[in-house]
Amino acid sequence: MSKKPALLPKDEAAAEGKVNVQINGKWYRFPKGTRIADACNSVGVHVPCFCYHPKLSVAGSCRMCLVEQGMPPRLAPGATPTYNEDGYQTIQWMPRAIIACANTVAENMGIRTDGKLCTEARRGVLEFLLTNHPLDCPICDQAGECKLQEYTSDYGSGTHRFTESKTKKGKNLSLGPRVNMDQERCVLCRRCIRFMKEIVGEEVLGVVGRGTHNAVTCYPGTQLDSNYSMNVVDLCPVGALTSKDFRFKMRVWFLKSTPTIDVNCGTGTNINIWTREQQVYRITPRQNDEVNSCWMPDSHRLNYKYINAPERILTPLVKTDAKAPQRPSTWDATLNLVVEQLHKCAPVEVAIIASARMTNEELYMARALARQLGVTKFDIVPRKGENDGMLISEDRNPNSTGAKLILNKTGAGLTNIRRGVKNGSIRSLIVLGEDVTEEAGIPAEDLAELDYLLVMAHSESATTKAADVVLPGVTFAEKYGTMINVAGRIQRLNKAIEPLGEARSEWSIMRELTELLGCDCPRVIACPSPMMILEEMALEFEPMKGLSWGNIGNEGKVILDTGVTIPLIEREKAKK
Amino acid sequence: MSDITYKPGKEPHPRETRRIFRNIDREGYDPSIKCYIKDGGYKTLKKVLAMEPAAVIDEVKKSGLRGRGGAGFPTGVKWTFIPKGNTKPVYLVCNCDESEPGTFKDRFIVHQDPHQLIEGMIIACYAVQAHYAVIYMREEFPEGARIMQTALDEAKAKGYLGENIMKSGFDLKIVLHRGAGAYICGEETGLINSIEGARPYPRIKPPFFPAAIGLYGCPTIVNNVESLCQVRQVMMMGGEAYAAEGAQRSPGTRIIGVSGDVKRPGYYEIISGSITYGELLYDLCGGPRVGRKFKAIIPGGASAKVMRCDEVLKGRNPDGSVRNMTIFDVPLDLDSIAQHGSMSGSGGVIVMDDTRSMPKMLNNLNRFFAWESCGQCSPCREGNPWMLKLSTRICNGQGSPEDVDLLKDVADNICGRTVCAFGEACSWPTQAFTTKFRDEFLALTKPINALKPHSPEAAEARKFLTRED
Amino acid sequence: MSENTNAIDAVTAVRPSPGEKYFPKFEVTPELVEKAKELVALYPEGKEQSAILPIIHHIQEEFGYVCPDAMPWIAEMCKSTPVHVAGIVTFYPGIHRTCPGKYHIRICRTIACAMAGSEELLPYICSKIGVDPASMTDEEPMAVSPDGLWSIEAVECLANCGFGPNVMINDTLYSQVTRRKVDELIAEYKKK
Repeated sequence: MSKKPALLPKDEAAAEGKVNVQINGKWYRFPKGTRIADACNSVGVHVPCFCYHPKLSVAGSCRMCLVEQGMPPRLAPGATPTYNEDGYQTIQWMPRAIIACANTVAENMGIRTDGKLCTEARRGVLEFLLTNHPLDCPICDQAGECKLQEYTSDYGSGTHRFTESKTKKGKNLSLGPRVNMDQERCVLCRRCIRFMKEIVGEEVLGVVGRGTHNAVTCYPGTQLDSNYSMNVVDLCPVGALTSKDFRFKMRVWFLKSTPTIDVNCGTGTNINIWTREQQVYRITPRQNDEVNSCWMPDSHRLNYKYINAPERILTPLVKTDAKAPQRPSTWDATLNLVVEQLHKCAPVEVAIIASARMTNEELYMARALARQLGVTKFDIVPRKGENDGMLISEDRNPNSTGAKLILNKTGAGLTNIRRGVKNGSIRSLIVLGEDVTEEAGIPAEDLAELDYLLVMAHSESATTKAADVVLPGVTFAEKYGTMINVAGRIQRLNKAIEPLGEARSEWSIMRELTELLGCDCPRVIACPSPMMILEEMALEFEPMKGLSWGNIGNEGKVILDTGVTIPLIEREKAKK
Repeated sequence: MSDITYKPGKEPHPRETRRIFRNIDREGYDPSIKCYIKDGGYKTLKKVLAMEPAAVIDEVKKSGLRGRGGAGFPTGVKWTFIPKGNTKPVYLVCNCDESEPGTFKDRFIVHQDPHQLIEGMIIACYAVQAHYAVIYMREEFPEGARIMQTALDEAKAKGYLGENIMKSGFDLKIVLHRGAGAYICGEETGLINSIEGARPYPRIKPPFFPAAIGLYGCPTIVNNVESLCQVRQVMMMGGEAYAAEGAQRSPGTRIIGVSGDVKRPGYYEIISGSITYGELLYDLCGGPRVGRKFKAIIPGGASAKVMRCDEVLKGRNPDGSVRNMTIFDVPLDLDSIAQHGSMSGSGGVIVMDDTRSMPKMLNNLNRFFAWESCGQCSPCREGNPWMLKLSTRICNGQGSPEDVDLLKDVADNICGRTVCAFGEACSWPTQAFTTKFRDEFLALTKPINALKPHSPEAAEARKFLTRED
Repeated sequence: MSENTNAIDAVTAVRPSPGEKYFPKFEVTPELVEKAKELVALYPEGKEQSAILPIIHHIQEEFGYVCPDAMPWIAEMCKSTPVHVAGIVTFYPGIHRTCPGKYHIRICRTIACAMAGSEELLPYICSKIGVDPASMTDEEPMAVSPDGLWSIEAVECLANCGFGPNVMINDTLYSQVTRRKVDELIAEYKKK
């Protein structure tokens, strides 16, 4: 006889608020209320879905996620359940498949995805979806990341039996300034419609027609022009919605994706940068439920063109004489020249304008440089905009929180510097990663009056044009580092491409400059990488205690309580 | 009741029991409230309003009344599905979207005896404590809508609707909502979406069981017109008396609509299970047209699986032994025909005689289903037009024998994988037609053009091409 | 959808119809607004969208069809969006997007009526009212006669299956219609 366990698995699970579920023969435990699709995917049993998206309401209409399901047999009145030696009841399998997206797990439930019922359902649904599909993968942008293509290769049959004429719908339609539509490729999952209605709150997309003529569209004369419109391109499981920016630019399988963060505002949206060789092709949001959920604004997504733009400064530039033009130079010669020139400046007549667009590591090195020079007129440029009530923070600097922590600067001293430049009490200016003629409000005429202007920047600007020396830095795509977002979360930037041309990452430029200026502090000059600087900072700053590159992880870590929240994330949490 | 006379030519057959259709085609009867009250109308309501709502539900449960919309779910049990401790408003929706081909019964209630439905609705609303009800009427009944609206206004004027109905303290508002020609609105959740002003896509169950999350997210009871009229009948007769009559598992009367190749097509109200399909077709409907033989019967609306008239069915005798029988021996109740793989559904019987080409019949149904598919879920949206294209091709003599198998296979791939029962239903005709009349389909796939025109083989192959052939 | 119309614009593209001369042009009048408000009030508060179909029915009765101008107006009255209203208008075959004739004929083509001969009756009626049956397609099920007096549409089940073929002219149902009855009916309506 089998020995009965003292406590049945169901009771053990119930104590944890969980239920036991058998998936393809193995028992697992999931919290009550977990959707079957999520449960299966979490244990590596793949359930294909088109319409289901965890962040949107359940539509249940694609029928791709059909799985075979079973429950213990219903007991006759008065009967008691029997348990096998593992403590489970036998599962009675249902004759029809159920959708894994709308149904939740239950105690002693059985799920099978490897049986005949499920395999045939998947094959059948895929065959239907392909009947009116144009099968134009060779010219489709989605190829390579198309769910229809992937599932067909995984679960479909190699041949097709549909030989009739297909339903004709609209092709190459402009839904909005950034999104294109091909109605024939659409599987009518309605993810885009639900996203616009539920997340953005604008019902601009809808289905028109009936039956086989159903098509997603916007109303004539209106457009899908929200600043979040391109998220529907990511959501679209097939090639129906494509990005006008990325269309026909590159096959996705040639692209490398690098997880990093967006630097256009204080939210620090998690993103992937898609690159090939030294070229950035697109940016897509990366899921982080504490920062940006699965979304990002179009304005941020498309702000990457400057990375490969002709305005990039690819070598150090030096003016030999105030009137002479800037000429390219080598790093060694330039840095030595800069050291020589800086030694000539009286520290009280020097000001440094750094940037809250710099990483923590760069800010740390900027502080070291300032200390080495003995400069006290030192601040960052604040940058404010409107909070859009979604993901865009009013703080348009990505690392104001870091600047506050490391430099204890918020931009309050900027007015004094501006005044100093104007009245001539500041004779030399070091600008790190800013165009001071813009937000900092120092006009180019005033810059021209300076004795000495040293600028570190990745692209040409009015400030670099006025500079005596320009040290070419890199964009966010070319460097490692950390930033702290408005909500106090420290997050990592990863290098997606190598620095272009002769450009160097700013932390290393400043480290070398500081060393050449005579610094012998090992905590500065012995740092070979941003990761090491982070460890140095972890020793110095209380909130960073114990941090290392590795333990920040891809999703970041909250290290400060700023009291600032991200509206979209708050709404999402409230919905749960 | 003997004083009732019917219009000439419209007299009920002696084997009929006219209850719901008592006033249909009745001489001197009109849809006015005056006529209805004179005939004893709204008396049952008065009785019901004196009862506890729970007692009304009990009475309906006791009666064993099953819904007449097609699925045959016990009405009283449905009413108890409203979650306990519910604090939201409860809604009642009358499904008057009669659109199942072959079904034509609600039309006559609406046009000729609207107050019967209104009284039934008030009773049902009182039982489930709904204070807002909607009659969802199909757009194809424009005159019915006018008659019903007049009836509603009359009932309100007489104090049967509105506030404090017959001084019972019970309030009720009934709104008439018209559809716009979509079969899918007969599906209860599609209907609810249609009332909400959304595209009438059926909702997924779970979680959207109407009794829990229905109209405007509140508990909602959706009942068919005939069911609601039967509710009045139950309360008039008493649950036990109602249950005692007719088939044990589906008591009461049923309205059967017969269409197609019989001498006297039309509607017949009979005691459930009191006659067989044979008696219905031969006695009540007068048998096949002159010189013809019955070939096939669709026993419960277009989506029910077709039955061959020469099919040998296994029937069980009272002593447990098995006997051979045909569809003509099957009693007309809700369940008997289901044992033989079809369904009695909403009571629409479509009869086909030996002149009919079955592929053509199927093609007509496939066009109906392809046209009416809402397009929400993939199998139904893509499968129905495919079936239509296949059956059209076969009917045009351009199909191959493999296409017949493919047609069946496409139907199998839809069945059991859709959001709503419509998706299921659209695959049943194809499954049944292609299985039961496979020879006719195959005959059409023969390269008949190559045959000698007057050979017996060609004549045989052409037999089912068109009716005239 | 014609070759040169963009599929998005096709949602509100109107086919000119000779029937238009029998109906007033859509116009938002105070009476119309009043009627719409009345219909909205039938439904619980905050459920204005429920009135979309009733308002559409009213517009069809008054103006014959739902013209593109009406959709944004309906959306406004029902606190909805034009694309939502377009989704509804394009879903239901009972909602016309082209102006029908003065007398709109619906003939049932579903199984029982087809068995009773409606498929043969359809071309006959077409020939009587001067319409080409081939112009009735899935996308454009309705055909209007050149004089605008008639329009015809083959519809699915009219729920009178026992008495086919069934034909509706405007709001009235005629059952067991024969060719002779068609002749009579057409003559009768022409006289009106």
